[in-house]
Amino acid sequence: MDLANVLQLGIKEIRGLIRDPIMMGLILFSFTFQIYTSATSAVETLNRAPIAVVDEDQSPLSTRIIEAFQPPYFTEPTMISVAEMDRRMDEGLDTFALDIPPGFQRDLLAGKRPEIQLNVDATRMAQAFSGAGYVQSIIAAEISEFQSRYRADAATAADLVLRARFNPSLNGGWFQAVMGISNSVTLLALILSGAALIREREHGTIEHLLVMPVTPLEIMVSKIWSMSLVVLLGTAFSLVVMCEWVLGIPLQGSMTLFLAGTALHLFATASLGIFLATVAGTMPQFGLLMMLVLLPLQVLSGAQTPRESMPQIVQDIMLAAPNTHYVILSQSVLFRGAGLDVVWPQMLALAVIGAALFAFSLRHFRGFLK
Amino acid sequence: MTGAPSVATVRGVSLTYGKVRALDDITLDIPAGGMVGLIGPDGVGKSSLLALISGARAMQEGALHVLDGDMRSARHRQAVCPRIAYMPQGLGKNLYQTLSVFENVDFFGRLFGQDRAEREARITDLLTATGLENFRDRPAGKLSGGMKQKLGLCCALIHDPDLLILDEPTTGVDPLSRRQFWDLIDRIRAGRPGMSVLVATAYMEEAARYDWLVAMNAGKVLATGSPAELLARTGTDNLDAAFIGLLPEEDRAGHRAVVIPPAPHTEDDYAIEAEGLTMRFGDFTAVDHVSFRIPKGEIFGFLGSNGCGKTTTMKMMTGLLPPTEGTVKLFGRQVDPDDIEVRRHVGYMSQAFSLYGELSVAQNFDLHARLFKLDPAKIPGRIREMAERFGLTEVMDARPDALPLGIRQRLSLAVAMIHAPEILILDEPTSGVDPVARDAFWQILSDLSRKDGVTIFVSTHFMNEAELCDRISLMHAGKVLVSDRPAAIVAQHGAATLEDAFIDCLEQAIGETGTPPEPAAPPAPDHAPAKSPLFDPRRMFSYTMRETMELRRDPIRGTLAVLGTLILMLVIGLGINMDVEDLSFAVLDHDDSTISRDYVLQIAGSRYFVEQDPIADYAEMDRRLRAGTLNLALEIPPDFGADLLRGRDVEIGGWIDGSNPTRAETVLGYVQGMHAYWLTERAREAHGAAAVAGDYGLELRYRYNPDIKSLVAMVPAVIPLLLLLIPAMLSALSVVREKELGSITNLYVTPVTRLEFLIGKQIPYVAIAVINFALMTVMAIFAFKVPFTGSLLAYAVAGVLYVSAATAMGLVISAFMKSQLAAVFATALGTILPAVQFSGMINPVSSLDGIAAFISGIYPTTYFMTISRGAFSKGLGFSELSSALWPIALAIPVLIGIGALLMRKQEA
Repeated sequence: MDLANVLQLGIKEIRGLIRDPIMMGLILFSFTFQIYTSATSAVETLNRAPIAVVDEDQSPLSTRIIEAFQPPYFTEPTMISVAEMDRRMDEGLDTFALDIPPGFQRDLLAGKRPEIQLNVDATRMAQAFSGAGYVQSIIAAEISEFQSRYRADAATAADLVLRARFNPSLNGGWFQAVMGISNSVTLLALILSGAALIREREHGTIEHLLVMPVTPLEIMVSKIWSMSLVVLLGTAFSLVVMCEWVLGIPLQGSMTLFLAGTALHLFATASLGIFLATVAGTMPQFGLLMMLVLLPLQVLSGAQTPRESMPQIVQDIMLAAPNTHYVILSQSVLFRGAGLDVVWPQMLALAVIGAALFAFSLRHFRGFLK
Repeated sequence: MTGAPSVATVRGVSLTYGKVRALDDITLDIPAGGMVGLIGPDGVGKSSLLALISGARAMQEGALHVLDGDMRSARHRQAVCPRIAYMPQGLGKNLYQTLSVFENVDFFGRLFGQDRAEREARITDLLTATGLENFRDRPAGKLSGGMKQKLGLCCALIHDPDLLILDEPTTGVDPLSRRQFWDLIDRIRAGRPGMSVLVATAYMEEAARYDWLVAMNAGKVLATGSPAELLARTGTDNLDAAFIGLLPEEDRAGHRAVVIPPAPHTEDDYAIEAEGLTMRFGDFTAVDHVSFRIPKGEIFGFLGSNGCGKTTTMKMMTGLLPPTEGTVKLFGRQVDPDDIEVRRHVGYMSQAFSLYGELSVAQNFDLHARLFKLDPAKIPGRIREMAERFGLTEVMDARPDALPLGIRQRLSLAVAMIHAPEILILDEPTSGVDPVARDAFWQILSDLSRKDGVTIFVSTHFMNEAELCDRISLMHAGKVLVSDRPAAIVAQHGAATLEDAFIDCLEQAIGETGTPPEPAAPPAPDHAPAKSPLFDPRRMFSYTMRETMELRRDPIRGTLAVLGTLILMLVIGLGINMDVEDLSFAVLDHDDSTISRDYVLQIAGSRYFVEQDPIADYAEMDRRLRAGTLNLALEIPPDFGADLLRGRDVEIGGWIDGSNPTRAETVLGYVQGMHAYWLTERAREAHGAAAVAGDYGLELRYRYNPDIKSLVAMVPAVIPLLLLLIPAMLSALSVVREKELGSITNLYVTPVTRLEFLIGKQIPYVAIAVINFALMTVMAIFAFKVPFTGSLLAYAVAGVLYVSAATAMGLVISAFMKSQLAAVFATALGTILPAVQFSGMINPVSSLDGIAAFISGIYPTTYFMTISRGAFSKGLGFSELSSALWPIALAIPVLIGIGALLMRKQEA
C-alpha cells in the first residue's frame, strides 16, 4: 500500500464532497438541525395527555380533582357523560377517562370508601403507564388535602429520597441529542462511503482509476479515511457547538476518548457502506438496501429503547453490530465520564468488528471491480 | 421535392434549456412522403427539433404545424399522436429491457388500443419482416444494438403511422445491421408510399441516400436540399466535406484535412502482442481467441458493433480484466492485473468521459501526475507543457463538466498522456464529436504516433477514421474477422469502399446472403382512425401488465418489497419495547438489620430488579455507577431498623443512572411504588388492616391491553407505519425511473393519458402492498400473538384503501421529482417523520397542536392508526370505524388527482 496514493486519492474525495452541495447540505443538516430537533422535541413522558372526566358527583371535591388536571401534563379535561366514554376511547380521543361516582364526597366523608374508576387506553404504552401513576398521585394529593381540613394526617415514617445521577433532571433532550449524534455518525458513514463508490462507478471513473498504478486496497482505504475524517469533524463540531453551547448539555468525560471511539466506529461502518455499495447495483437499490440495514442497526443498538428490554437472542446478535458498542461507549464517556479503563472492551470490540468488516468488504470490493 | 405538401411547417421555433439555446429561430418546411434527414454533429439541436415535431417536448417560441394541426393544441396532439411514431435517441431507449421482444411490441399495441387478434397478427408480420421472429422471447436488454433498433422500429410501426420519426437510429450499430436497417425502412416505405420519414443522423454516408437534407449547426439551419444539391453547392465530393464547407467561417478556422505520414517500418519491434485472448462470463464468450501484434508507433484501429467484445478486449489489454485464456504482452512483458509497473507505460481513455467533474482541469492533471509518481518538482512544468500542446491553457480553472464535448475529449487525451506513456488505448474517443473537432483530434494522434513514437490502439465506428489507421481489425461476436491495412482489406474484398468490404466480411461471418426473407410489408392500413376515449382500461392495464412484468424480473426490488416489510416489522416489534425488566441494583447497607434486609429483599424479589453484589463504600458505588453496571444504587442509613421501630424519621437514599432518562423514569416509578407498598405492609403488620383502610378506592382499568404488553400496543401501530414506508418508496421510484431511463417518452407520444398511466402503474404496487398487509396481519396474530378482536373484514377493507392512498402518495412524489435519488430522499423525509411523530403512533394526536396537528389531520396514517388499533385491540367493526374510513377513501382520488396534475404529457 502506497501511503502517498492513499493521501492523494483521499484529498480528491474530500474536494469532490465539498463541491457537492446536496451531500454537504445533508451533512450539515444531520449535525445541526437534526440534533437540535431531536433534543428539543424529545417528548417528556407525559405531554398534553388527553383526559376526559365523567363527573357524576358534581361536588366541591370532584370539581377540585378535575381542576387539578392542567397542561402541560394533561389537556384541559373534557367533560363527558358515561354514555360517551366508551365511544370516545374507541375512537382514540382520550387516553384517560376518569369516572367519579355519584355521592363520592359524601361517601368519602362518611367513611364508606367510595370507588373512583380510571380507564386507561393501554394501547398507548408511553402515556398509559406513567400517566396512570400521575393521575393516581394527583387524585391522592387532592383528596388528602381536602381531608386534611377534616382531620390531621400522620406523616410517613420512612422517606425515600431518589436522585438521578449524570442527568439530575432526567432531561430527555440530553439523551436524544447524544444518541442523535450517534445515529448521524452511522447514517453518514454508510451513505458517504457507499455513495462515493457508486458515484465513481456511475461516472465510469472507477475503471479509469484502475488503469492507473493504484490498487483496490488504496482506493478503499482512501475513501474510508477521507469520509471518516469529514464525519469525525462534524461530530466534534456537533458536540461542542450544538450540545454544549446551543443546548447547554454538561457533557462529561474525555472528548479525545470519545472521538477515538467514534473513529473506530467510523472505520467499521464505512467498511460496511462500501460493502453495501458493492452489493447494490444502482443508487436507488443502495438507498433501499441501506434503509433495511440502517433501521435494525439503529433501533436495536440501544439508542432508542434500552438494550435490557430486548429478548436475549436479539441482545446477543446485536453484539456483532458496531452500533451497540458505540452506543454503550458514548453513554459511558459522555454522561458518566468513564475513562479508558471502563470502555476498553467496547473499543476492542469496535476494532475487531471494524477489522472483520474491512477485510470482508475488501474481498468483495476486489471481486466487484472484476 | 419542391411543391410537395409539407408534413411539418416550422416557423421561428426556438427552444432554450436553462442558459443553452438548443434551437434558434428555425423556419423550415419539411416535405411529406419522403425520407428527410437532419444532419449535423451532437448537440446542435437535431434531437430537440424531432422531439418538438413528435409532440414529446413542449413548445416554447414560434409556431409548429404537424399533419395539418397546431402542435400547441393538446386536442390536436391527442388526435394526431396515433398517426406519429417516434423512436428516441439511444439504443433501445424507449424499450423495456427486462421485457421480451414480443412483450415490448405487445405493450405498444395495447397502448394504441388494438385488440388481441389484431395485435397478434401485426406483431407476427413485423417480427417476420425484421427477422426478429426467432428472438420473440428474448429480453430486449440481451439483444445486440442492431436488433434493439429493429425492435424499436417494430414498436414504432405497430400502429401504421403516417409520420415516422427516427432519432439517430443507427448510432453504435455495426455496418451490416445498419445496412439491413435501411433496407427494411425502404421496404416498409415501398409498402406504405404515403408515409413520411424524418431521420436524424451523425453518419454522413447514410445521409447520402435520403431524399432531402437539413444541415444543422448550433441550433440553426445551415442549408436544406437534396444531397446532390448540397454537394454541388459546396463543390465537394462527400457530405462530410460538404458539411464542413457549409459551416460558418469562424467554425472552420484552422481546420485542415488530416494527413498522416506513412508509418516507418519497425515491424519486428512489437509494442502490443495478444495471443489467444479469451474472456468468458459464465456461458457467454465475450472475446474468443483474439490475437494481434501491433508494432511500435503504429495507429491500430479496432472496429465492431456495440457489444461485440471491443471494450472487453481493451480492458484485458490494460489489465483491468484478467483474461480467461491467453496472454497480452506490452513491450514483451506480460500484463498482470496485479503488476502496477506495467500501468505506468499505458495511457487509457475510456468510452465514457471519466475525469472527475468535481475537480478543476488543473486539479485533474495534478491528481493524475501524482498518482503516476511524477517527480513533484517537475509536475507544474509537465502540466503546463500538456496544456499548451493540447490547447487547454484557457480552461485550466474550469470544471470539466462545463466544457464542450470536443474540448473534454482533448482534455481526456491530455490527462491520459500526462505520464508520457508509450502506449495509448482509446475507446471510441470521438463518438459524438463534430467533424471539425474530430479532425483536430486525429491530427494530435498523428503527431503522437509519428513524432513521439507512441503506439495507439483506438476503437471507432466511423469508417473515415478507420481509413486513417495504419492497420485495422474488424471484430464481430467476440472474434476478429479480418486484420490488415485498410487499403488491403478493400482490395481483398474487391469492394468500392471500406464499409462495403466490412459488410462483405460480416456477411461471410454470419453466413447470411444479405437479402433477408422477403417480407410482406405490414398490412395496408384499413383501420379507421380510432376515436381515443378519455379513459381506456386497455391502455391502463397495458401499463399495469408491464409494471408487473418488470417487477417480477427485478429480484432485488421484489424481494425488498415483500421481505423488507416483514423483516422491519420483526425488528421494530422486538426493538421498540417499553417493558423494562431485569434492572440491576445494589445496596450500600450501613444498617444490616433484619428490617433493612427485608426492605432489600422485597425489591430483589420483584421481577423488575436483579440484585448485584452489595456495595462496600461510596468510592465503589461511584465506580460501579460510572461503569454502567448499576441502574440503581440504594443506601440504607445506620440504625435504619431501630429508628423505624422507634417511629423516628428515617431516610433511604437512592441514586439512579440518569444517562437514559426513559429507563430512569421507569426505575423511579418502580422503586417508589415498592417503597410505598412496603410501608403499607409494615403498617398492616403493626396495626392490623383497620389502620390502612383507604378512604377511597381507585379502580384502575387498563383497557384493550389489560396486561399492558408492549407488543400488543406496538404491533398494530407498526403495521400502518410500514404499510406507508415501503409501498410509497416503491411507487415513488416507478415514475421517476422511467424519467431517468427515457421510457417516459412513451407517455408523451402515445394516446395513453396521465390518469391511465398513473393508475396503471399503481395497481401492481397496491397488489404487493396488499400481500404485505396480509402477511403482516398474519405475523401479528400468530408470531407476535397479538389478539385480534374486531372485524377482520372491516380491517381488510381499510387496509386496501390505505395502501392505495400510500402508493398514491409515492406517485405524487414520483411525478414531481426528477431523479431517483431525490425521490428516495423525499419519500423518506415525507413519510417517516409524519408517520412516526404526527400520526398517533407514540403520542396521541390530541396531544399535538399547531402545524403538527394540521399535518396529523390530513395524513392518512392517522386514520389507519386508529383503525388498526381499533380492529386489533378494541373489538371494533364497520360502524365504529367508518368515521376513520372515509378520510382514507377520500385521500385516494385527491392524491391521484394531484399526481396527474403534476405529471406532464409533454417534456417541458
